[in-house]
Amino acid sequence: MAKYLLLKHYRGAPTEPDFVPMDRWTPDEVDAHIQYMRDFAAKLESTGEYVDGQALAEEGTWVRSGGEGRPPVTDGPFAETKDLIAGWMVIDVDSYERALALAGELSAAPGAGGRPIREWLELRPFMSPPPTVTE
Amino acid sequence: MDESRLRAVVPSVIGILGRRGADFAAAEDAVQEALVEALRSWPDDPPRDPQGWLVTVAWRKFLDATRAETSRRRREERVEEEPAPGPAPEVDDTLQLYFLCAHPSLSPTSAVALTLRALGGLTTRQIAAAYLVPEATMAQRISRAKRTVAGVRFDAPGDVGTVLRVLYLMFNEGYSGDVDLAAEAIRLTRELVSRVDAEEAAGLLALMLLHHARRPARTRSDGSLVPLAEQDRARWDPRLITEGVEILQAALARDRLGEFQAQAAIAALHADARSAAETDWVQIVEWYDELVRLTGSPVARLNRAVAVGEADGGRAGLAALAGLDPALPRHAAVAAYLHEKDGDRVTAARLYAEAARAAPNLPERDHLTRQAARLHGGQLT
Repeated sequence: MAKYLLLKHYRGAPTEPDFVPMDRWTPDEVDAHIQYMRDFAAKLESTGEYVDGQALAEEGTWVRSGGEGRPPVTDGPFAETKDLIAGWMVIDVDSYERALALAGELSAAPGAGGRPIREWLELRPFMSPPPTVTE
Repeated sequence: MDESRLRAVVPSVIGILGRRGADFAAAEDAVQEALVEALRSWPDDPPRDPQGWLVTVAWRKFLDATRAETSRRRREERVEEEPAPGPAPEVDDTLQLYFLCAHPSLSPTSAVALTLRALGGLTTRQIAAAYLVPEATMAQRISRAKRTVAGVRFDAPGDVGTVLRVLYLMFNEGYSGDVDLAAEAIRLTRELVSRVDAEEAAGLLALMLLHHARRPARTRSDGSLVPLAEQDRARWDPRLITEGVEILQAALARDRLGEFQAQAAIAALHADARSAAETDWVQIVEWYDELVRLTGSPVARLNRAVAVGEADGGRAGLAALAGLDPALPRHAAVAAYLHEKDGDRVTAARLYAEAARAAPNLPERDHLTRQAARLHGGQLT
């Protein structure tokens, strides 16, 4: 088994030309989208492939040390041009192909008019522990 | 024997070890170890006298731990002989434990964790699961908390107000896991009310009962939120409401109002209304006036603006909102609600979308997104 991190972005990924923000959908379309996400996680739990996942709030700050004795440097919340992660899910699957297929399925969550939103997701393999047998 | 009855005797067992000479940190550790052993062995072999069993095992654990520390040789000699139970203690050990676990030197989250373990009789694993952190992290948090209060005298008098704030936090920010933290907070507050004569303690218990009564109606089976106005009131628990109202009335009759009694009074007025339309908003506004007077809290002012909007219309609610810091949590959601009530759907939709972006949890964000979608959904599709 191999672990992968699935990253969803609030922004930073290219948007589709027909992109409609979620608050412009109908309430039923919002419900259908949320249900799809919930079913997806439930399915992975039932197949033993779900590890963990969290949603992140829609604000972020870039911080670095300002040097000894100085306050840290920040570029403030809501730096509008920066990439911003919306949430993550860790899956533990048999193969890279399986991870790709699942990411594709998650990206096809329904949006406005019931059409798949086809949002970009980032798929990153975890570094694995070193094997016991090395020869 | 069910687990909650086992948990209920934990504080008195800690008290008994304390009277035999163990300090709080060592006594609490020993009882925790005995508790874990009890949870493992009792299902197959339940003791006839649960408290006696816990005292015996915890005392043995304590002696083992004390012996292991050679640097404490002198104290070991002092406690080696198991003393006869002395005369009945004059102080209420359990009440003193409440004060100690809510000591002002502790951070609120540490105080909650320590209270859940020493008074709630929960294991570190259960507390960690409830707050979604690793067990080792919670164990560290609790041992740091115990070191912080190590110098506090076991019999020093405490402040009921700090205890109430800890219990309120436990009730309000309980998350998940196999232990129901809201129910646990109610149990511990009930126990406290039986031991202190304080109107605000009763007020807090009433507040908890009245909110707990609504719980079956508050979420749908899929986890989504049901706002108060849309809740199926037939699913509110009438037994909890009756008890909460009775406790509140007895407290109010003593004419020493405090913030928890005022909050409970507002919850009781909602409980009184057979439908959302029958809510006595005028009286609710009066209670919010009291709450603002008592606390000066901007959050109370924000909630008061909603009540004013219900009593006197959206325009009056927006006037009550004026002057409050827009950075307050849920300010945008309240403003959206009042603008819609005032007939301005465009502003309301924009504010609902803004509120969704700032929402602190997923069910709330989904709910606010739906509100925005309801107001201008499908316009661009």
